[in-house]
Amino acid sequence: MAERIVIDPITRIEGHLRVEIEVKDGIITDAYSAGTMVRGIETILKGRDPRDAWAFVGRVCGVCTSTHSLTSVRTVENALGITVPPNAELIRNLMANALYIQDHVVHFYVLHALDWVDVVSALKADPAEASRIAQSISSWPKSSVGYFTDVQKKFKNFVDSGQLGIFANGYWGHSAYKLPAEINLIAVAHYLEALEWQKEIVKVHTIFGGKNPHPNYLVGGVPCSINIEEANAVNAERLAMVGKLFEDAKTFVDQVYIPDLLAIASFYKSDWGAIGGGLSNYMSFGDFPTNGYNNPDSFKIPRGVILNRDLSKIHEIKADDPTQIQEYVNNSWYDYSKGDKAGLHPWEGETKLNYTGPKPPYEQLDVTQKYSWVKTPRWKGYPMEVGPLSRMLVGYASGKAEYKEVIDSTLKALDVPVAALFSTLGRTAARGLETKLTCDWALEFFQQLLTNIKNGDSRTMNNDKWEPESWPKSAKGIGMVEAPRGALSHFIVIEDKKIENYQLVVPTTWNASPRDPEGKRSAYEESLIGTPVADPKVPLEVLRTIHSFDPCLACAVHVYDENGSTLHDLKTY
Amino acid sequence: MKNKQPSFYEEVKEGGISRKDFLKFCTTMAALLGLESSGIGQIVKALDSKPRLPVIWFHFQECTCCSESFIRASHPIVASIVLDKISLDYQETLMAASGYQAEEAYKAVMAKYPGEYIVMVEGSIPTENEAYCCIGGKSALQILQEAAKNAKAVVAWGNCASAGCVQAASPNPTGAQPVHKVISGKPIINVQGCPPIADVMAGVVVHLLTFDRIPQLDELGRPKAFYSRRVHDTCYRRANFDAGLFVESFDDEGAKRGYCLYKMGCKGPVTYNSCGIIKWNDGVSYPIQSGHPCIGCSEAGFWDNGPFYQHLPSIAGFGIETTADKIGVGLGVATAVGVAGHAIVTNIRKHREITNAPAAGSEIETPKES
Repeated sequence: MAERIVIDPITRIEGHLRVEIEVKDGIITDAYSAGTMVRGIETILKGRDPRDAWAFVGRVCGVCTSTHSLTSVRTVENALGITVPPNAELIRNLMANALYIQDHVVHFYVLHALDWVDVVSALKADPAEASRIAQSISSWPKSSVGYFTDVQKKFKNFVDSGQLGIFANGYWGHSAYKLPAEINLIAVAHYLEALEWQKEIVKVHTIFGGKNPHPNYLVGGVPCSINIEEANAVNAERLAMVGKLFEDAKTFVDQVYIPDLLAIASFYKSDWGAIGGGLSNYMSFGDFPTNGYNNPDSFKIPRGVILNRDLSKIHEIKADDPTQIQEYVNNSWYDYSKGDKAGLHPWEGETKLNYTGPKPPYEQLDVTQKYSWVKTPRWKGYPMEVGPLSRMLVGYASGKAEYKEVIDSTLKALDVPVAALFSTLGRTAARGLETKLTCDWALEFFQQLLTNIKNGDSRTMNNDKWEPESWPKSAKGIGMVEAPRGALSHFIVIEDKKIENYQLVVPTTWNASPRDPEGKRSAYEESLIGTPVADPKVPLEVLRTIHSFDPCLACAVHVYDENGSTLHDLKTY
Repeated sequence: MKNKQPSFYEEVKEGGISRKDFLKFCTTMAALLGLESSGIGQIVKALDSKPRLPVIWFHFQECTCCSESFIRASHPIVASIVLDKISLDYQETLMAASGYQAEEAYKAVMAKYPGEYIVMVEGSIPTENEAYCCIGGKSALQILQEAAKNAKAVVAWGNCASAGCVQAASPNPTGAQPVHKVISGKPIINVQGCPPIADVMAGVVVHLLTFDRIPQLDELGRPKAFYSRRVHDTCYRRANFDAGLFVESFDDEGAKRGYCLYKMGCKGPVTYNSCGIIKWNDGVSYPIQSGHPCIGCSEAGFWDNGPFYQHLPSIAGFGIETTADKIGVGLGVATAVGVAGHAIVTNIRKHREITNAPAAGSEIETPKES
């Protein structure tokens, strides 16, 4: 008999999201994903100064902080025809690189690891064996017997206190946990180290943007000035700090993150390398320009779409083509003036809230009606997966050597086929490999910045079109960014110096959206199909797949009976 | 059970922190909290002996920047606080449990520690329609009202929970409200900023732990220790303001020399925060130091206080120094000292402002919240 189960909230994500799934004989056969929080920021932007928009939309997310601000300044610059100086591009790249590294490391250790690592099991580990394993996979210096003994003792005291805090009520002891106690202990030690370490790399944002979270951006360039003869500007000391932060980041990623990822993956590859693949379409907007944002061919991450997992062909994206990117609200709590079946290009996009769901408190949502605050975007009608896996696949398919090298060597080390990439584990591995590449790119961009300054170019701002008097009466723009979680785009319409319309199509909108008018599932829903659930009371497997996307929302999960209608045994988890 | 709990010092000792470092940390915290040296002993004693304070941390209409800022607390030992000193029993970003098990975690705290636990809130609460923010099928309003009922105090993290922040900006489509508009009869600490500075967040927690009472608050409910001074008065570029040296456009010669950003729209003259004193991310920098004007993110309604790059209204008469203070009056945010300072030379005014500072928070006329 099928049973319907509600999991709400799913934690260790950003925001509030809801997914509904149908389980039969221990396997998920259908799923629904729904966002349960709305703020209406697109509406708030109307009538404001376009140069201020970066600050407003920056507050869409404080986890992938800065990424919406970057998208916004690109959007306004695109509308007004502004090209930023090379140094501003490099500094933006460095800030985005710092975010990737911080965000991916935090995701792996703080948000995702507890799906694979049984922290309670670490109490039973032999510290000497943990030390031996750690030293066999990495040269990271914190690996002595004494170190792991201390970590274990500290954690034991914590558990013995009876106040388990953030570790209370976890799924410890679940049969799906497969790591030896010693690897669990290593992971617990690195969880704590990662939490300490992550606050360092964000200082790149503080140097260039004044603070983190929510560093400052500027239409036309970056707010900081470079003056190597001045204490009050970006000078040799500030630059040296940036260099050191990225060097240290590379060490941490190479010696801690990547070895841990491979060690953990080796225990889960046989099943989780084949579960959770979901959609077979992958999209990357591309990013990290090496020769100007308006020259996508120069991007470190290439732009393009892969359809049906066919890695021999990359399809071109034209974001300004009104037939390519469209958003639907047939299953979302909004009204479109053209009705529910319409798909609107974001330039024509509308954000009119119309909640028709149940009055809270409620036990369940009616998924035969509208069931989410997330709109449903489509590319040429196709649902798309976005994120690190999509980027690595587009890079791999484009034949870029560094992508080939890092992916092929990992597949070889784990002894798995390319097809293993299309999975929950593939998604998690892609994020780690991308972090490794990002560390190298950041050091490259940093060297380029030093070279420019050495050659006498210290410009960081293009003031040509700063004053609204220099703007056309009407303008339209698009900004595209690869956020840590995937393809992110903003669309602006400017009339009489003010924002007439502003729409955001964010990565989690692509991944977490409800079904489109043709009933096609988006990435989260599709990826859950076929996932085993050993015990619905402790749906660890659902978390593994949902977390592999690094959601930017808080989630809820329902399980329906096989017909999706009659409810047999409603349980709330 | 409480007897089994190691003290904070015992815990950090396990983490490899020496007694000397521990005392140093206590001294730093005392300084941040503006305590006399006798207060250091209180901090040491409190952290040395108390069991871990149960904390329930909710996320409502928010972006998680407050959680992110919190984990950036800069001294290593402050990072230990979030894991070891308080018992963070419900925090959706960090907690292992999901769904039913997560909900059980905060319900257990409410049942076990009535009157003793702290509720911390990140995000605003929608009131136009409660369904604009639901967790586990319950609305943010229902969850908060239930949890706040037996809480010892409520900490409103950031501008969202303190004043509604970006979603409450005009036209506030979801009816977003701060905590103090939907909860009454409880001490509420508004830890302002978007987000608040990590060390300010840590400082507020340490204050609660140490003195078992909430810190002194200004009329906007903000801890005076961190929000009694204008960014303008603590800005290292203030001398340029006084000397009339301004950035006229971004990345101009003045910008390259670190001149004052007043003309670029800096809201430092009407913003109360610790950016100029504590700075961000381990004291690395703050917005003005990195070339961007203050946007005033620790003030209620700052999103609707005019475009960010439009400088505050200029009033002729007593020179630039007085102008900034009159602007404060115009927006209702000047100190009484500033108002009285018309004919007083800069140095005297500054001296009085500094000596009067302990009372400044309560003397601030505050802008109406939107």
